[in-house]
Amino acid sequence: MCGTCGCGDHSARPVDIGERILVDNDRQARHNREHFAERGVLAVNVMGSPGSGKTALLEATARALNGRLRIGALAGDLETARDAERLEAVGVPSLAITTGMACHLDAAMVHKALHQFPWADLDILFIENVGNLVCPAVYDLGQAVNVVVLSVTEGEDKPLKYPVMFRKADLVLLSKCDLMRHLPALRTDMIADALERVMPAPALLSVSQDGLGIDLWIRQLDEWRSAARVRETVHV
Amino acid sequence: MHEYSIVQSLVDRVEREVRTHAASGVRRIRIGIGDLSGVERELLQTAYDVFRTGTVCADAELEIERIEARWECRRCGAPIARGERLTCAACGEPGRLIQGDEILLERLELEVA
Repeated sequence: MCGTCGCGDHSARPVDIGERILVDNDRQARHNREHFAERGVLAVNVMGSPGSGKTALLEATARALNGRLRIGALAGDLETARDAERLEAVGVPSLAITTGMACHLDAAMVHKALHQFPWADLDILFIENVGNLVCPAVYDLGQAVNVVVLSVTEGEDKPLKYPVMFRKADLVLLSKCDLMRHLPALRTDMIADALERVMPAPALLSVSQDGLGIDLWIRQLDEWRSAARVRETVHV
Repeated sequence: MHEYSIVQSLVDRVEREVRTHAASGVRRIRIGIGDLSGVERELLQTAYDVFRTGTVCADAELEIERIEARWECRRCGAPIARGERLTCAACGEPGRLIQGDEILLERLELEVA
């Protein structure tokens, strides 16, 4: 018998597959994406470290929109519904997805949540992923865009240390910029430089809870919504 | 640590092939993991060794091929070294990843009666 491939051994059968291991997740994500496209809902996957300010960004977004768009949120965490409760408190219909021990959301968790949450008449559905700079980047959820929230206190080199997530980002929001006056050594040009080395089309926007940059963020959301509508028209 | 979820998906996928081919077991599994896939090869191997007990993969050797990340200019195709700015020095276009984000089940060796 050949030691390399087992030829000559009739009890061994080589089978070439050549398929992604996460093929089931990919299929579920495509299904979610079709749902969102049919209903004209922009799905935004919001990722970032624990404490980077993902929920605060969505709170600030709700305040700035002031009812102009219908937004909702799915909030992923290992335990508790605290983020969903915070968002409900500022008028954003929200559902907590508690993942137990899982460090990320996957497409099936999002799909299950869509059956429990009135999302179909929204303009934008934010999917706040589990706080983690690694695992969420691996799983497609069916989102239209990926946003990574990176706070100024996390250091300039985070994009170089966690290239997988930043590569997949359509936009990086540099959060808590109001703290910069307490961080004299912080080099925002180094953050931009790091992004240029991991993100093919770097896009960085500075925001803070007191409202800095939120108008530009809202404009970006509007642009993504228009682009999605154009894509839909072309497909039809 | 999502490597356990990846192993779960891998074992599910292999079980399907075992049923399709009416195999009695699995001898070897070959997968390819890219440097920019977000999956750590050593952790994946550890997760596999813990998880495979009692599954169709119990006796199957897992062979993990490393796939290096390679970027190139999306217009002129000039290579961009990893760690450099991902903009083509010649034409200013953004780079694109041509390999290195794979999480791929490449090949199985099944045992048939």
